[in-house]
Amino acid sequence: MSIEVKIPPVGESITSGIVSVWHKKSGEYVDAGEALLTLETDKVSTEITAEKAGLLQTKVPEGQEVEIGEVVAVIDDKASAPAKAKTKAAPPSEPKAAAKSAAPRSPNADILSPAVKRMATEEKVDPAKVSGTGKGGRVTKGDVISYLQSPAETATATVTDDQEKSRHAKAPPAEAAAAGEERFTRKKMSPLRRKIAAQLVMAQHTAAILTTFNECDMSEVMALRKKAQEKFVADHGLKLGFMSFFIKAVVEGLKAVPAINSRIEEDDFILNHYYDIGVAVGTERGLVVPVVHDADQKSFADLERDVADFATRAREGKIKIEDLQGGTFTISNGGVYGSLMGTPILNPPQSGILGMHAIQQRPVAIKNEVVVRPMMYLALSYDHRAVDGKEAVTFLVKVKEAIENPTALLLDL
Amino acid sequence: MGEARLGNSPPASNAFLMDKFDVIIIGSGPGGYVAAIRAAQLGLKTAIVEKDADLGGTCLNIGCIPSKALLASSDHFVFAKKEAAKHGIILDQVGLDLATMLARKDKVVKTLTGGVRALMKGNQVTTFTGLGTIAAPGQVRVQPNDGAPIEIAADHILIATGSVPINLPGMPFDGKTIVSSTETLCFEKPPAKFLVIGAGAIGLELGSVWNRLGSDVTIVEFLPRIAVGFDLEASNLLQRALTAQGIKFHLETKVSSVKVVNGSAVATATKGNEELNFEADKVLVSVGRRGFAEGVGADKMGVALDDRGRIKVDEMFRTNVAGIYAIGDVIAGPMLAHKAEEEGIACVELIAGKAGHVNYDVIPSIIYTNPELAGVGLTEDFAKEKGLKVRVGKFPFRANGRALANADAEGMVKFVADAETDRILGASILSHAASELIAEIVAVMEFGGSSEDLGRTVHAHPTLSEAVKEAALAVEKHAIHIGNR
Repeated sequence: MSIEVKIPPVGESITSGIVSVWHKKSGEYVDAGEALLTLETDKVSTEITAEKAGLLQTKVPEGQEVEIGEVVAVIDDKASAPAKAKTKAAPPSEPKAAAKSAAPRSPNADILSPAVKRMATEEKVDPAKVSGTGKGGRVTKGDVISYLQSPAETATATVTDDQEKSRHAKAPPAEAAAAGEERFTRKKMSPLRRKIAAQLVMAQHTAAILTTFNECDMSEVMALRKKAQEKFVADHGLKLGFMSFFIKAVVEGLKAVPAINSRIEEDDFILNHYYDIGVAVGTERGLVVPVVHDADQKSFADLERDVADFATRAREGKIKIEDLQGGTFTISNGGVYGSLMGTPILNPPQSGILGMHAIQQRPVAIKNEVVVRPMMYLALSYDHRAVDGKEAVTFLVKVKEAIENPTALLLDL
Repeated sequence: MGEARLGNSPPASNAFLMDKFDVIIIGSGPGGYVAAIRAAQLGLKTAIVEKDADLGGTCLNIGCIPSKALLASSDHFVFAKKEAAKHGIILDQVGLDLATMLARKDKVVKTLTGGVRALMKGNQVTTFTGLGTIAAPGQVRVQPNDGAPIEIAADHILIATGSVPINLPGMPFDGKTIVSSTETLCFEKPPAKFLVIGAGAIGLELGSVWNRLGSDVTIVEFLPRIAVGFDLEASNLLQRALTAQGIKFHLETKVSSVKVVNGSAVATATKGNEELNFEADKVLVSVGRRGFAEGVGADKMGVALDDRGRIKVDEMFRTNVAGIYAIGDVIAGPMLAHKAEEEGIACVELIAGKAGHVNYDVIPSIIYTNPELAGVGLTEDFAKEKGLKVRVGKFPFRANGRALANADAEGMVKFVADAETDRILGASILSHAASELIAEIVAVMEFGGSSEDLGRTVHAHPTLSEAVKEAALAVEKHAIHIGNR
């Protein structure tokens, strides 16, 4: 029996919201009353909880705008609670990594192969915890490699702005090994995590990173979206989101301030004449930044399609190396996690990164009057070696103006 | 019930007097006789039917065993003629007494076929001599060369009738000049000029035998490479080695016809746009073998065949007719004796209600030339073609102490391992001892082992097997006795 998880009414005049954070994943067992997701609306952030216990299947991704009453997930309440859940990311190239049929476990299966012994010692893994796919249930070298890469064992790595890991605001990964009396647990970082850590530090040490801020009024974009949404979906087969606007705005900014579309290589300053914009996408394994190529030549629909496709493929682990290469500038959206303002870190060797944040209804002064507008803080972190202050500020102003006056974008004003 | 005496049973109508078995196996090659022994071990009342006077099928009589006997003898002959001197062994005259060599081969065959008969007796498997045909469901008619047919019955009938050489229309076997492997094993004298059509295991092995014994051998192959299915790099090295031994190769050459004139043969072939003619005293047509399902009554019983005339079976070796099974060369899959043996065992184990299983991923293949070429699992070229992410480790025998001490350092070991999990996906060995060395790798692969597992296993020194260890280490660039690139 499937129970639908619908967005409940959350307040007068609120017709929609954004699924900002999923607290449980598809395939996870949820208990009655457990928080499933955080819904962000114009006025308030609210938790949606599970009515009944069962196996969760999410239907919309994080960051998606949803209507009140929309079904965002289903719970199979006939599914029983698993004894001990262990998620594992099977490497795609391994032919038989998938669960083997229940062949009887050999009494010799505890005798470890030389490679497994070495890895268990070096990587501080308890082989008893590793699911064995070898003959007779033996743990193979591949099983240990899988175990180290699995998301249950690595906390998500975020490489952009926020120091807050609000996404996983739960307690730090509770190792089954933690006896409860221990005051800390030590775990060796996975190779992926170590690599990301090294990249972050390298970025900090190489570039002179500063951040400049501005804010933009989202009402024009929101109105335009509301007006055009139905026809857009009918014509193009997918929803008009915010990213296409921001990508276009960024391209305008880069055209106005070319110095930001650059990179420094040793003693050379290289100016790019093309616009490959990376769009950061959060996945369970960490942040990936697939690149939208030649963004200046794409339509709104093309951009939305690319972004949606990246998001889907990132979730399914199908992003290819080519997708991640070649970007000249990056856009990162901390807003989906609830961030109000932050300082993104550069994506080397790029010279600039735009941080988008949460849209918040705020009182602002317009023409000497106090009005409430949906405002977003924008942050531009830039490499001061390549870009000077004036250029950085000018770029951000251009982006703000483009967002606040989207029709000008279309008319190339 | 009346008497039921072997050889004296009345015709089919008198079903009550038929000997009844749990399983009847038709064919006593490696597939059949091994299945019979296993069936008996499992307590099944077993009968085996063989049309020839001797048991053992193609493998023992006209295949694996006699060819390996001649390869061994001819290998020693070449050593005596060409290699002994460098060891300081002075042999004034090295001569060939082919009759003795052939007689020894025959004796080996006789010993083994006699051995199979003894094994049948020892396991209480009843042996019937004659052509076995499935006459009706659960019934087999055995037709001896002379005498009345015998009817026997069983709940389960296992067809293990093997294969025969493919006979091509443009060059039909005549048993004298245009021959198959069978006659090639008994030439009375080394043919002056010997043409071999087909550069697979049989052509390469038998071409080698007669080349060593003094024939002028030419091997013609339709494809651009020899030993199809084996690692390409190793196959090319083998071709070079055989060329150095005096064998001439013509690849990408298609023989359209062979004519026999005055007891000698002329083969007409095309190579691209060129037409070539080859003259030979004997022509071996070794372009492959085909499953032999004729004569066993498959068509009459409605047993389905595939488009290559092989019997179709499911994963439990059952045909589409209840109670009839098939294994070995007569069904699809690599035509190897050990594959037939594994299938025979699995089939009877399943019949006995046990768990029988054949792991087709780790069946080794060998070409018994010198050097031998052995392969198991995926080759490097296959993996690359399929875009699989793999790592390769290689080690040459010229860097192995034992090989140098033996004055026999030709060849190499190559591993193909999964790039992410390091699991060994395949291996190839080119070496005088390849057929023995490959066994260790097959065992490790059976357990899903990684190249590191093998690399970290102790191998005695000084042995050729250290080359296997080093090649495994080379996958992760840890080889000790050679630079890692």
